[in-house]
Amino acid sequence: MNVKTGLFLACVLFSSQGLMAQTQVFKGAKIYPISGEPIENGVLIVKNGKIESVGKGNDIKIPKDAVVTDISGKVIMPGLVDTHSHIGNGDGGDGSGPLHPDVRILDAIDVNSDTFKKARAGGITTVNIMPGSGHLMSGQTAYVKLRKDPRTINDMLFVSDPINEIAGGMKMANGTNSLRGKPFSGTRGKSVALVRELFVKAQHYKSKMEAAKGDKSKLPARDLELEAIVQVLDGKRVVHFHTHRHDDIMTILRLKKEFGFKVVLHHVSEGWKVAKEIAEAGVPCSIITIDSPGGKMEAVDLIFETGGILEKAGVLVGYHTDDGITDSRLFLRSAAIGFRAGMSEKKALESLTIANAKMLDLDKRVGTLEKGKDADFIILSGNPLSVYTHVLQTWVEGQKVFDYSNPDDKKYLTGGPDVFRGEFYSHHDDLSEGDMK
Amino acid sequence: MRNLLKNIILTSAILASSIATQAQNIAVKGEKVYTMEGKYLENGVVLIKDGKVEKTGVNLNIPSNYEVYSAKVVTPGFIDAHSVVGLAGIFNQKHDQDQLEDSSPIQPELRAIDAYNAREALVVFLREMGITTVHTGHGPGALMSGKTMIVKTVGDTAEEAIVKEEAMIAMTIGSSVASKFKSPGTRSKGIAMLRETFVKAQTYQEKMKNKDASKHPERNLKDEAVGKLLTGELTALVTAQTSRDIITALRLAEEFKFKMILDGGAEVYMVLDEIKKAGISVIIHPTMMRTYGDSQHASFETTGKVADFGIPMAFQSGFEGYVPKTRVVTFEAAIAVANGLDYEKAMKALTIVAAKILGIENRVGSLKAGKDADLVLYDGDPFEYTSHVEKVIVNGKVVSDKRK
Repeated sequence: MNVKTGLFLACVLFSSQGLMAQTQVFKGAKIYPISGEPIENGVLIVKNGKIESVGKGNDIKIPKDAVVTDISGKVIMPGLVDTHSHIGNGDGGDGSGPLHPDVRILDAIDVNSDTFKKARAGGITTVNIMPGSGHLMSGQTAYVKLRKDPRTINDMLFVSDPINEIAGGMKMANGTNSLRGKPFSGTRGKSVALVRELFVKAQHYKSKMEAAKGDKSKLPARDLELEAIVQVLDGKRVVHFHTHRHDDIMTILRLKKEFGFKVVLHHVSEGWKVAKEIAEAGVPCSIITIDSPGGKMEAVDLIFETGGILEKAGVLVGYHTDDGITDSRLFLRSAAIGFRAGMSEKKALESLTIANAKMLDLDKRVGTLEKGKDADFIILSGNPLSVYTHVLQTWVEGQKVFDYSNPDDKKYLTGGPDVFRGEFYSHHDDLSEGDMK
Repeated sequence: MRNLLKNIILTSAILASSIATQAQNIAVKGEKVYTMEGKYLENGVVLIKDGKVEKTGVNLNIPSNYEVYSAKVVTPGFIDAHSVVGLAGIFNQKHDQDQLEDSSPIQPELRAIDAYNAREALVVFLREMGITTVHTGHGPGALMSGKTMIVKTVGDTAEEAIVKEEAMIAMTIGSSVASKFKSPGTRSKGIAMLRETFVKAQTYQEKMKNKDASKHPERNLKDEAVGKLLTGELTALVTAQTSRDIITALRLAEEFKFKMILDGGAEVYMVLDEIKKAGISVIIHPTMMRTYGDSQHASFETTGKVADFGIPMAFQSGFEGYVPKTRVVTFEAAIAVANGLDYEKAMKALTIVAAKILGIENRVGSLKAGKDADLVLYDGDPFEYTSHVEKVIVNGKVVSDKRK
């Protein structure tokens, strides 16, 4: 490194750190910390991208050098966490087979996609980007932060070393989407047999690894597929399981019992029929709000009441967008409809934030407004569950990433001429429409 | 004599009981009653008799034999001004998808009534959500896909559900046609094919005018249907999303002098002057429609712009190939209001303006003496996410009392 570059780098580092180090204070708002009761006339203090403190206006000392913003009459809550989305134009496994544990979606995400801007406009700050549901196992998912101006995928991930660290979960699916012609399975029974065979193989692989006790000469040949499944068996990589029908849900609980992995049930259209069983298994559910039932056989019994029924059964409940199935810009709406159909207000708000953070094992970083957590929050014009409420600002790690009052940002909320590039993630990119049904 | 008396008593008992179940008298009280005939009534009452609205007002005397229901908000049953529901079913399988025939791109002779399933689960779903009238039929995707119909979301058969058996002829101009048919493969070819169709129908019509019936051509259902556009007997429901396709539709309507309603209109905000000048009403795309393909430039703010420009506008559930298999116009209007559409105008677009656009304002769209008693009772603002539909009344009968 020559002196000139060194100086330049130091300047860049210094200035960006200087910005981050500036303490920011937001006062006057009603704050939903989610970790506790709502605070009227609350104060949120942010420093170095982290939350310094949250509390009542009168109880908190405001540092002298802070930039203070009065947002009286507004509402603050944590940035929204979406456990299931297809923004970023990524992809997963291809048509060569039904199981792709070694495929990583982080190798295919377009950080410049306008879909990220759309999500920021909806108040989303953390996303689990998933490959589709046309495979029994379509690949490794990526947990990302919607930080300001990312240049590469590395600027978005939660982990700093995507080669050696676990950067997401594992996407699996059962039911009809993954039932296809050869080389895929054509029946539910065969689907499960294929999955069990893979897990059994991984169990053997794991025993060999353990038996080697670090002796390189005794290690089995490196197998990328089994390596990822071992992470699943060890509970280090969460399985995100697409499922709709009650019997398919039971199949997942059976698999979990046999192999002991950590799993989140996604969509769960008929979860209300087996709420007791889901609760007993201690498995969380990430559900979707679709404006009417059907569209495929296994979603005919989808009801708005699922969230409330699962909540009452004692299940950890979250919502997701499944963007482009529902729209990231309207994520708050998903939980509002859940509240309409029987969820408590408290749990409805958790179902957009901390419940989802827990499902991604990211609850130490995001999901509530508490000292030490990432400064990811949104400023709303009113009640989070009202149709008339707008996301006014979205902040990620102390930086503003969406501002309703800026037309260049707002257009990603409203749409309009030359805003979106017309991309639509079909959900089953390598499937024909016929297969989808 | 004794027998006769017995008969009379029996007959009147039967009559009395049938009246009780069939033509119940109802009084609906609402803290806010949107009659859509002037400003909403505060603490208003709607009296219902024989399936029709008998009277509306405040401080009305409610006769003792009227069943009384109360609600926070009361509106006329909402109108979904363009749907494929009933032809498209909940399962999304081949056997319940009759909304688009792909054997040929121009088939105006297809009738919605021959495919409408009044018992379809999605029709029931819409009814329970407070949608009481639906303009449905063959959907977008073909140059001419068929004749639409207007139904109430009640009845066990299409015949029982009918409000208007033949409403419009559904047409589509845009790239979606080329994706479904081998020909037309381009926009221009599609328009050439439509023009040929109109010219042929003109010739057919000319020949049919001949006073000598022996010189009439053989009856042709296609020409006959298109002929109804030429005479103004039917209106064209033209689905066009991009501004160029909208302008093309206007050009076509001007050339063949047919009445048209613009359906979709994702880019209508770019050509409002032209639409207004042509005196055309718009059945706007669902506010929450996905932004891709011809609809990539759709905006949440379009409805507000169209309404403020003085263009008559109604809401639609539209058509989805996947999910949601039907949309709910109340939800679509709510997002429009949250993004700039005036509240009253939204309410009108769901009721009286929709009824006028569909030509059924003598039956539905407002709560006025003599009109069908189609009402929805809510526990709050109908557009608010967290409000519920509490009761739905169609033709003077409670058809749903589920809290939705």
